[in-house]
Amino acid sequence: MTTENLDSLRDTLLADIDGAVDLDALEAIRVAALGKQGSVTGLLKGLGKAAPEERKALGQAINTVKVTINGALAARKEDLEAGALDARLIDEAIDVSLPVRPSQDGRIHPISQTIDEMLAIFCEMGFEVAEGPHIETDFNNFTALNIPPEHPARQEHDTFYLPEKEDGSRLVLRTHTSPVQIRTMVEQEPPIRIVVPGRTFRADYDATHSPMFHQIEGLVIDETTHMGHLKGCLIEFCRTFFGVDDLPARFRPSYFPFTEPSAEMDIGCSREGGGLTIGAGADWLEILGCGMVHPNVLAACGIDSTKYQGFAFGLGIERAAMLKYGIPDLRTFYESDLRWLRHYGFSALDIPSVAKGV
Amino acid sequence: MLFTFSWLKEHLETEASLEEITDRLSMLGLEVEGIDDRGEALAPFTIGYVKEARQHPNADRLQLCVVDTGSGDEQVVCGAPNARAGMKGVFAPSGSYIPGSDMTLKPSKIRGEDSNGMLCSEREMGLSDDHEGIIELPEDAPIGEGWAKWAGMDDAIIDIALTPNRGDCASVRGIARDLAAAGLGTLKPLDDTKVAGGFESNIKWQRDFSSDAGDACPMVVGRTFRNVTNGESPQWLQDRLRAIGLRPISALVDITNWSTFDLGRPLHVFDADKVSGDLTMRFAKSGEKLEALDEREYALEDGMIVIADDNGPQGIGGVMGGIASGCSETTKNVFLEVALFDPIRIAETGRKLGIISDARYRFERGIDPTSLEWGTEIASRMILDICGGEASELTVAGELPNWQQSQSLRTSRVLSLGGIDVPVAEQEKFLTVLGFEPVVEGDELRCVVPPWRPDIEGEADLVEEVLRIHGYDDIPALPLPNDAVVPNPVRNAAQDRVETIRRTLASNGLVEAVTYSFLDAKTVSLFGDVPESLRLVNPISADLDTMRPSVLPNLIAAIARNQARGMENPSLFEVGPQYADDTPEGQAMVAAGARAGQTGARSWAVKAEPVDAFHAKADVIAALSAVGAPVDNLQVSIDAPGWYHPGRSGCLRLGPNILAQFGELHPRVAAAMDIDGPISVFEVFIDNIPPRKSKGGASKPLLTLSAFQPVRRDFAFIVDEDVAASDVLRAIRTVDRALITDAELFDVYRGKGVEGGKKSLALAVTLQPVDATMTEKEIDDVAEKIVANVAKQAGGTLRG
Repeated sequence: MTTENLDSLRDTLLADIDGAVDLDALEAIRVAALGKQGSVTGLLKGLGKAAPEERKALGQAINTVKVTINGALAARKEDLEAGALDARLIDEAIDVSLPVRPSQDGRIHPISQTIDEMLAIFCEMGFEVAEGPHIETDFNNFTALNIPPEHPARQEHDTFYLPEKEDGSRLVLRTHTSPVQIRTMVEQEPPIRIVVPGRTFRADYDATHSPMFHQIEGLVIDETTHMGHLKGCLIEFCRTFFGVDDLPARFRPSYFPFTEPSAEMDIGCSREGGGLTIGAGADWLEILGCGMVHPNVLAACGIDSTKYQGFAFGLGIERAAMLKYGIPDLRTFYESDLRWLRHYGFSALDIPSVAKGV
Repeated sequence: MLFTFSWLKEHLETEASLEEITDRLSMLGLEVEGIDDRGEALAPFTIGYVKEARQHPNADRLQLCVVDTGSGDEQVVCGAPNARAGMKGVFAPSGSYIPGSDMTLKPSKIRGEDSNGMLCSEREMGLSDDHEGIIELPEDAPIGEGWAKWAGMDDAIIDIALTPNRGDCASVRGIARDLAAAGLGTLKPLDDTKVAGGFESNIKWQRDFSSDAGDACPMVVGRTFRNVTNGESPQWLQDRLRAIGLRPISALVDITNWSTFDLGRPLHVFDADKVSGDLTMRFAKSGEKLEALDEREYALEDGMIVIADDNGPQGIGGVMGGIASGCSETTKNVFLEVALFDPIRIAETGRKLGIISDARYRFERGIDPTSLEWGTEIASRMILDICGGEASELTVAGELPNWQQSQSLRTSRVLSLGGIDVPVAEQEKFLTVLGFEPVVEGDELRCVVPPWRPDIEGEADLVEEVLRIHGYDDIPALPLPNDAVVPNPVRNAAQDRVETIRRTLASNGLVEAVTYSFLDAKTVSLFGDVPESLRLVNPISADLDTMRPSVLPNLIAAIARNQARGMENPSLFEVGPQYADDTPEGQAMVAAGARAGQTGARSWAVKAEPVDAFHAKADVIAALSAVGAPVDNLQVSIDAPGWYHPGRSGCLRLGPNILAQFGELHPRVAAAMDIDGPISVFEVFIDNIPPRKSKGGASKPLLTLSAFQPVRRDFAFIVDEDVAASDVLRAIRTVDRALITDAELFDVYRGKGVEGGKKSLALAVTLQPVDATMTEKEIDDVAEKIVANVAKQAGGTLRG
């Protein structure tokens, strides 16, 4: 074996390696050269037959060829693998514009969300939720609230009645959440600080009235709470609820049988351009009724009205939601139209908290 | 309550502007609902003098008028028959807005002749329907002056919404009194000089009430006027009544209306010649009828107060007079009624008869009893002034009830209840102008409640009087004192579960609905019997007459409506009440849901399948798990109520306590409710879920993790078709509750290799050793026990 022959073998193998089209062909070349029967392996095996004085130099030369071939094989293998991966990636391509697998997206009703928002705020002010039945006694719904049977306010309530009982009494669907005030004061000693969200019922149905709607009621009873606290509490509530820090608010004297003094609260708004924006503006919008709990109401619940006093308020939840979220029609709240619920509803994970802003 | 600015000034000496007055009224508790500033609308109309009027050359019925407007002459083409030279009329220059015809005048040519402006009729000015001709003004009307101001028509009309307690402000005088107290002027004195009677009234008042019903009409006053002339009332009176939307009728009737609105003192006038005998206040007898002034006939009932003569009822006391004895233009002799009635009876009568009248409005709120005296005198003088004639002596029946009531105000209460420190002198001043005649006694103001304020019952009312006159605006807003810096939870644990379930179901892809608590009796009947005590006596419609015994019917109806709108696969839930009876305990909080159609939209990637009982069961388990119910320990029973598919539904229960029901809706119910395609529903009874165990507070049991490999073994058992999978699972788990940490059923097979009436259940069982890795023998031992227990408890055999 001459050096020339060795060079020729090397060049042939390198050319073959270079020309290998895939990993299988490359492996065949490797076996043919470096396998047990391989040409280069054969040369190494035949080294013993060489003249002893040539053996060392020849051995080195064959080894050099082997190293070169191994290097070329490895390099070519890497190239071919990269090429194969590229080809696979191209082959595996998909149309990522295809839609995702369908999932059903639930919603929370605006009434529930609005209640949660309100409770998040009242929680900060130390209120706790109280609840009561929807089917109420006449006493809790009216009489204890200083609305005696002949009081004209009873007629304004458009009460739903249940059948008269043998003793002549008849239950009503509560016309407001206020009977829960009575239930709470009868059962609990002051200090009391509750809010009462819930269903209420009035026999009235038109564009702005629904036979069922929701109110939230508030009641604070202790020895010192006065109208200044009432104003502070409700102004803070409205500013936080509507997210308007400088929301103007005013209180006008009004009349409710169960409060004295009584007030209606207005918040600032603007009707410029036909829309309604809550905030500083030229107009006022009536938002809630409130007042200091009437001594007769305290007395009806067995609370000493010479010692205890406090305030109560009530507002409509749908109306507050309509104002805050720009929902135009009251009646749509109860129609369960999925298009409406998806549009005006809220994500299950959107849990109101004061920490993140209601 | 409507009134005009100038009318107010009859009672209030004031320099305040309209805006100051109206702003203040709202802050006094007399909420201004509307202000119609007619002066502004009528500002362009001036007094013009028609210098010339000649025939239009090209039109027979038109004239060319040259009008001296006070600032130059204008030619106007006019079609009014009464337009003529030398008259004065109301001129509107070009550019004016004409309210009656809703147009803005422009200079124009009419049949070739220039016309600049218009001579107006009452209709064109929006004052009345009169379009007979243009308005003619008296000779002394000043040319060029604003017409509205000259005619007293520049008067703003103010509308206030009265709260039911303020009957005293159903009068211009009452409103003026409040404004005076608020410092916006001075209340003018009322002239109630007595009118001397010249003869004895031939009609006398009688009262006929039983001794316990005398309060129905405690007192009535009257007198006869002879030889009156009941023509049109004077222009000022007509203008006032028109401004507040009343039609002038005749002088006598207009006077009664004026007294109602001006003084809050309703009156009635009878044509004395149509009254037979005396007039008696009494209750109606059943069967009596009356044609009232609104020309309708009313059937009267016992308890309604009537004014009767010898022929029967002539008026409904405090509500409306009768037409037969009413006054007309020919009335010569008139009898005036000034009465006091029981507010409650008036309200009841008005409500029963459906009559809303200005008299009822005032009587049912309570009027000043002393107006029996002063009201009579003021009305008498006005009748004599306007209608002439001669007044009789008074005829009186009954007695003035005792209205005197004293009430003290501890001056410190204004601060301790009202939240603002109002100086005592100021408190005293406000109450004085309001008529409470306060006297300082120690730290109290001793007050006399004025007769026009029956709403004042206690100290809190006096605090409100002081506050509202002072102004609520000045009460400093204070934060509620809070003992806790970090507040307690706003909801208790039981209330919180409701919210957790609500948001869990929404996370599960259901959309929350809020539906009515009532529905129609027919639909309800699909959901079992409802006690009669839950039927509304006065529903707004027959569709909404029964309290719902289940949340589902309204929800299913909503699903059907959405399907009818073309919504595919609607899924809704509601968390709300259901009513078993009319007691508080009968009301239960329920989370109900319904899924219809497919599990999802059609997709290239996954196959949608029809909703079935297991989708409903998954929702139920999600809801129960979210609030810590022991879902692994619940029993499944197949006794869901009748609105469920009997073979495809179940209950989840803890012994007798049912936590939830789920399954496919009964096909008959689905059809009756127009549901299209498959529908599955569920109900979770939130009140029945046992409370989460809170032993150890928030801390959770210690987690011990085994160092050893868990072992998983699959089994397949052949069981009878009617064996519940849950029984097989329980048979496996109970073999060794500590070692067997999981048993999952992953396949149910029927068909080849499994004989008829049987099914094969494939289960994966996980064994978790804690002490050492399990040997094959140990594993085989457990497997044997499992096979034996399944055989014993569920009759299952290992599938070969």
